[in-house]
Amino acid sequence: MDLTFSPQEIAFRDELRAWLAQNPPAPEPTEGGEDAHYGWRRDWQRRLYDAGWAAPAWPAEYGGRGATLTESAIYFEEIGRARVPMAANVLGLLLGGPTLMVWGTPEQKERYLAPILSGEEIWCQGFSEPDAGSDLASLKTRAVKDGDDWVVTGQKVWTSGAQYAKWCMLVARTDGEVAKHKGLTYFLMDMEQDAVQVRPLRQITGEAEFNELFIEEARIPDANVVGGVGNGWKVALTTLMNERAGLGFALQIRLRQLLDDLIGKALERGVYENYAGELAELHVRCESIRLLAWKGLTDIERYGQPGPEGSLVKWLWSDTNQRLTQLAVDVVGPDALTSGTRWSYELLRARGNTIEGGTTEVLKNIVAERVLGLPRLKVAV
Amino acid sequence: MDFGLTDDQREIQRTARDLLAERAKPERVRAYAESAHMDAELWSELCELGWPGIAISEEHGGQGLGMIELSILCEELGRSLAPVPYLPSIMAASVIEHGGSPEQQARWLPGLASGETIGALGAAVDGVADLVIGGADAQLIVLVEDDGSARVISSDEADVSPLASIDPTRSAAQVSAGDGGELLADGCAGLGRALVAVSSELVGVCDRALAMTVEYVKDRKQFGVPVGAYQAVSHRCAQMLLETEKARSTAAFAAWTADADAGQLAEAAAMAKACASDAGREVTASAIQAHGGIGFTWEADIHWLYKRAQLDAALLGDAKRHRARIAAILAEKAGAATAA
Repeated sequence: MDLTFSPQEIAFRDELRAWLAQNPPAPEPTEGGEDAHYGWRRDWQRRLYDAGWAAPAWPAEYGGRGATLTESAIYFEEIGRARVPMAANVLGLLLGGPTLMVWGTPEQKERYLAPILSGEEIWCQGFSEPDAGSDLASLKTRAVKDGDDWVVTGQKVWTSGAQYAKWCMLVARTDGEVAKHKGLTYFLMDMEQDAVQVRPLRQITGEAEFNELFIEEARIPDANVVGGVGNGWKVALTTLMNERAGLGFALQIRLRQLLDDLIGKALERGVYENYAGELAELHVRCESIRLLAWKGLTDIERYGQPGPEGSLVKWLWSDTNQRLTQLAVDVVGPDALTSGTRWSYELLRARGNTIEGGTTEVLKNIVAERVLGLPRLKVAV
Repeated sequence: MDFGLTDDQREIQRTARDLLAERAKPERVRAYAESAHMDAELWSELCELGWPGIAISEEHGGQGLGMIELSILCEELGRSLAPVPYLPSIMAASVIEHGGSPEQQARWLPGLASGETIGALGAAVDGVADLVIGGADAQLIVLVEDDGSARVISSDEADVSPLASIDPTRSAAQVSAGDGGELLADGCAGLGRALVAVSSELVGVCDRALAMTVEYVKDRKQFGVPVGAYQAVSHRCAQMLLETEKARSTAAFAAWTADADAGQLAEAAAMAKACASDAGREVTASAIQAHGGIGFTWEADIHWLYKRAQLDAALLGDAKRHRARIAAILAEKAGAATAA
């Protein structure tokens, strides 16, 4: 057991830390709304890209640095620590690119990977539907072959960044006769066609991180099928697995920073003693999340597969963030209940943490069934 | 970064688990618990194998291994609930080894390493410790006070009144030292390791409670299906795993700091004990619940895990006390950060 970084890993971390310190992003725009904010993140990605830091985990042949799992985790920790924005094309960098690397043809990799990295082409995810959330495999968006194209009709929801996206990772049903998992195909859909309408989805915090997609006979060339017709579920699983892995390390550092800020607030307001126990409990949870996340990497490196930590980390992180932001209302006072403040935003936004990326209920099912081997109940409807 | 055990450590873990599975079967543990006696035969065997001295320096007759190896044994003994005074004795040894003067160490450690001397450790107020785990079996008792001092006294010299705790897998006693005994040079130095030891034992207890529960709910059928298929039950089990893994990772981290980064030990040990105390109470209570009516019976053996967890959770400070320590450390760090 060795919980230190190797000299190589320390060098990697120090190089990145130094670059981030010397190359801070431009100040966050206070005007211009969402478009200005998105432009800010796009510029930031361009700067990361120019310095070779957009996606270190990507193999060198595709423009990355071939970073190890540990280096990748360090990368996300440092990005989190430096409080810099997420790259604009985070979905392409973390989900789309890695999915293509596993399932894409040489032509697809040639065509799509470079513009993901540079941020020239933004990617979004078209998975969930109004009637298909936790039960994703029941999705209904339909794709029908018409000559060399597929014609797609249906509706997607919770698509973040859709208004800026060029490509959509779209999962649609191509065969209605077989078992639901087996009739799906994964496509790359061009968002810049009239047949695809994007409608912002306003969330409880007031703004719209996400969108609904209304797809009315959009056309997708056959060359844009990823992983083969009927293989969509397996390809989607690759995407979903990546969703859990990378971001976790950045989120965990953000949680840590939020806690440090809250401790600072408590001390500043002279109420630390009243909340000392709860703050300490949040600290213990934060450290546990970090330890479990790093322990999870050990399992992947040793056995090629994640251990129980994968689902546990997301579950614990989301629950902890909700507790922390709730405690903040007590510690910070009315400012945390005032619209437009940081703490009120964090309180409201945290409600989504136990739902997005796998609800806590589903994560508990996964732990119970896959880690503990408990039987699953089939309900006759 | 690697959380894995070395091959040697895994060997220690495997042989310990196999040995205790053979020599501390549930029926045997129950028999000794009901008679409220320690399993002297097993204790003898563990002494012969060098367990009590595993982390005591070779200079004093031990194996000279580290906190990680000691934690491995503590976890396995927690898993099996073996009725032997191992934890009390190695806690006493830790405090003496890391806080005693060279002369004190030379005097007491060899006996503790061989197991010839059985030790115990308890928290005292003005020389009186209300409940010392293992207190009735020990020849050498270490009493630690809130002011950071620690005193070593022999069972002959102290006033030892055995009492029956709810966990009869180990003896208990009220111990009064009066003015007797001898102060250790440094009362606090070995406490971090003692906390890691009990935290590791709690991880073993939780792990066993979860394993028994999973086995039960897969087997027990109601309404035509195994009760483990119902989400109310399966989600409870998932929660038990989460608590256990939190405790496991913080205890492992703390054990590692003891061997490799002592500056972090105080905070890491407090975190480990806070997690393990909470996990111990919640996971064993949850295990009783998941077993339904059977869980509430004497015969079903779940209660022994619950009772052990209760004693361990309170030992050397419950979760709240350790969180208070952590809070103090955090405030200090924050103060230092703003001053910088």
